[in-house]
Amino acid sequence: MDAQHITTKERLAIPRQEMPAQSPGVRIHNFSEVHLGYTPELARKEAMRCIQCKDPVCVKGCPVNIKIDQFIKMIAEGNFLGAAKKIKEDNVLPAICGRVCPQEDQCEKMCILTKKHESVAIGNLERFAADYERQTGNVELPSVKPSTGKKVAVIGSGPAGLSCANDLIQLGHAVTVFEALHELGGVLVYGIPEFRLPKEIVKGEIEGLKQLGVVFVTNAVAGRSITVDELLQEEHFDAVFIGVGAGLPWFMGIPGENLLGVYSANEFLTRVNLMKSYQFPENDTPVFNCKGKNVAVFGGGNTALDAVRTAKRLGAEHAYIVYRRSEAEMPARLEELHHAQKEGIEFMLLMNPVEFIGNDQQWLTGVKCIRMDLGEPDDSGRRRPVPIKDSEFILPIDMAIISIGNGSNPLIKQTTPDIDVSKRDTIVVDMKTMATSKENVYAGGDIVTGGATVILAMGAGRTAAAAIHEKVMNTATN
Amino acid sequence: MYKIVSAQFLAENIKKIEIEAPRIAKKRKAGQFVMIRVGQTGERIPLTIAGSDPEKGTITIIVQGMGKSTKELNLKEAGDTINDIVGPLGAPSHIENFGTAISIGGGVGAAIAYPTAVALKEAGNYVITINGARSKDLVILENEMSAVSDEAYITTDDGSYGFHGFVTQKLQQLIDAGKKIDYVLAIGPIPMMKAIAEVTRPYNIHTVVSLNPIMVDGTGMCGGCRVTVNNEIKFACVDGPEFDAHLVDFKNLTDRNKIYLPEEKQSAEAYAHKCNLQKQVYATIGVYNAIIMTFMPFFSLPGRAFFG
Repeated sequence: MDAQHITTKERLAIPRQEMPAQSPGVRIHNFSEVHLGYTPELARKEAMRCIQCKDPVCVKGCPVNIKIDQFIKMIAEGNFLGAAKKIKEDNVLPAICGRVCPQEDQCEKMCILTKKHESVAIGNLERFAADYERQTGNVELPSVKPSTGKKVAVIGSGPAGLSCANDLIQLGHAVTVFEALHELGGVLVYGIPEFRLPKEIVKGEIEGLKQLGVVFVTNAVAGRSITVDELLQEEHFDAVFIGVGAGLPWFMGIPGENLLGVYSANEFLTRVNLMKSYQFPENDTPVFNCKGKNVAVFGGGNTALDAVRTAKRLGAEHAYIVYRRSEAEMPARLEELHHAQKEGIEFMLLMNPVEFIGNDQQWLTGVKCIRMDLGEPDDSGRRRPVPIKDSEFILPIDMAIISIGNGSNPLIKQTTPDIDVSKRDTIVVDMKTMATSKENVYAGGDIVTGGATVILAMGAGRTAAAAIHEKVMNTATN
Repeated sequence: MYKIVSAQFLAENIKKIEIEAPRIAKKRKAGQFVMIRVGQTGERIPLTIAGSDPEKGTITIIVQGMGKSTKELNLKEAGDTINDIVGPLGAPSHIENFGTAISIGGGVGAAIAYPTAVALKEAGNYVITINGARSKDLVILENEMSAVSDEAYITTDDGSYGFHGFVTQKLQQLIDAGKKIDYVLAIGPIPMMKAIAEVTRPYNIHTVVSLNPIMVDGTGMCGGCRVTVNNEIKFACVDGPEFDAHLVDFKNLTDRNKIYLPEEKQSAEAYAHKCNLQKQVYATIGVYNAIIMTFMPFFSLPGRAFFG
C-alpha cells in the first residue's frame, strides 16, 4: 500500500493492528516487557488507518499537544526518524509515555475513528517511533542555546523533574537535579515494574539529559540533606522546581494492618523494582516469598495492578484484586486490566476489607471483607459503594498489599513553611506558571495534583520550565 | 561512591567508621540517621550517626556486624569506598534543658546514646550516662561518655567491669536513691528499651526510646518502618526514630522485625560461604606466591627484572 495514494475507505478497512506481546502463560514467569513493539510493517499499516483529519482533535486530547497527525503521517510514509523528532518537539520522553500514558482516556478517546471503528493506536505508534530511533542508534541530541548564566535546581528526578530539566538545559540554563534515592528516575524506577517499563529505557532518557549537561545528584533528600532555602540562598540557584511526587503511602486504618505480611504497594514495588528483590539473594534486599501463597492487593488503580501482576510473577498461587467498586469504576488503564485478566489475576469486586486476621506469631492469615453495593454517585462522579449488611466473609490470604493512594511527603512542608499547601498537603500553585507562594519556587507533578499520571507530571514540568525561563531572564543577576 | 577516611574496631565485631559526606556532616543533629548501601547489589540499611566533623566533612558511624550488610561494612578499611550514603534522616532528638537527664546505651546503642548525651550537656542538663554491655571487652565509648557526663556508670551483665547487672537495675538504683530525674533516653536492644520504659512508668519520668524497625528508603516513601505508638501508625523514618517510650507497642515492633529472619539467615550463610571460598582462593594464591618467591633466583634475569 502506498501512503500517498490510499483512499479514506481503504484506510478505514484496515483493522487496528495489535502489538505483538509475550503470551500470558509465558510472561507470568518472567519480568520482561509484556509488549514486544510493532515491526516497521505493522507500524506503517497502523499509521495508514489515520484519515488525517483537517482538525485533528486527538491533539487536543493530549496533555502536551503532540502533533499526532503529523508524526503518524511520517510513520505511514516510512519516515520513522522524522516521526520521532516530530514527537520530541512536544514530548521529551516518548518511549516512556508511549508505554505508560492512558491513551484511551486522552488522544485515542478523541480519535474520530472511535465513532464507527476502533481508534488509531496512537500510543503504540509513539512508542514505535521512539524505540526505532533508539534501537537504530539515531537519537540526536537537541541543540542547546548559549549559556544564560542562570542556575536552576530541580528536586526529584521523576517525570516532572526530568521534563523540566530537559527544557531548561536546552534554553541555556545550568540545571542540577537532586534525587533522594540512589537511582535516578523516581516513580519510573521504583514504582512502575520492569514488565511495563524496562529500566533501560529510563536510563537511556537520563543519559541523554546528562549528555546535554544536566548535573544529577543522588542521595540528596529535599528537606533533610538540602532545603529549598539553602538552594536559593547558600547555593545561589536562581529558581527551584519541586517535583518530588506523592510519596507517603496511605493505610486503611483497619485492625491488623501492622501484621507481618501486610505491605504498602510502595514498599512491595520498591523492594522488587528498585532493590531487585526478585533476584534475592544475588541482590541483598528480600521481599515476602510469594511462591505458592495467596496474595491480595487492595485498590483498583494502576499501582494496584502493577503490584498484583508482580506478585503473580513472583509465583503467587492466587493473586487477587480486592476493590470496593465495580470494574467500570476502576481507575486503572483498560489495557493493564485486560493484561491482568489474561494473566489469571482474580478480581474480587464490590468488596471492602474491614479487618486483617493473624496467627499467634502475628503473621497474616486472612482478611475479613464485606460485600458492597453501588449507590448514588459521589463527588468523583462514580457511584458510591455502600456496605451490604451481614455480608462479611473471610478470604484466606498470606500477604496483603495496600494500594489505595499516596499522600504528600511532609518533609518539604516542615522545612519550607512559606510554601502554601492545601488541606491534603499538596503544594498550591498557579496552574498557568506552576509558581508556588514562595518567590522563585515552582512545583509540578503529583506533589501538586496528588497521585496522577506520568504525562500530566511531564506537562507540569514543561509549563514550569517555560515560566522559570521567563522569570530568571527578566531578573537581574545579583 | 563515598570514601572511608578511617576505620577501627572498638570491640570485637564493633567498628567505628568515618565516612566522607560533607553535606551530612554540616547538617546532622543528634538522633538522626543515615541509610547506607555498601555495594552495587546491597540493601539500604539505617545507621544512626554517632558524630561528625563539619570542618573535615566527615561523619562517624559505629557498626556491629550482625547480618550480611553490617558484616560487609565492617570489613571496610580506610581508603575503601561504599556505594551510597544518604541523610541526615529522621527527626533530630528533642533537646532542651530538662534538668537532670539520663542517657542510657545498651551494647552498640551507646553509639547513639553518646551524641544525644553531648547535646543534652550542651543544653545545660545535669547529665548521667549509663553504658551497658555483656562484659568488659564489649564496653565502647567509655572515655567519650565520661567526658560529657556529670555522673558516668558502666554496667556489665557478667560483672567483669563496673556495676554487675543490667542498665535497668542501675537506673532503678538511682531512682531509689531519691535522685530527681527529669528525662531518660534509652537506646539498645528492644527488650532493654521495653524494660527501661517499665522502670520509669510508675514514676512518670519522661522517657524516650530510639526505634530500629526494618526500613527500605528511610524517607517516608514505603511505610515498611511503621510502628504503633499510642495506638496510631507512625513511620519511624520521618515521624521518629525517637518516640515516647510509654506509648510504644514494643511487641508489635519485635514481631515486625522478624519478617525476614529466614531470608536474613539465607543471605548471611551465602555470604559466609562466599567469604570462605575467597579465603581458600587467597590461600591458594599465597601458596603460588611462595613457590614463585622460592624459585625466583632460578628464573632468567629479564623475568627477575619484572618481579624484582
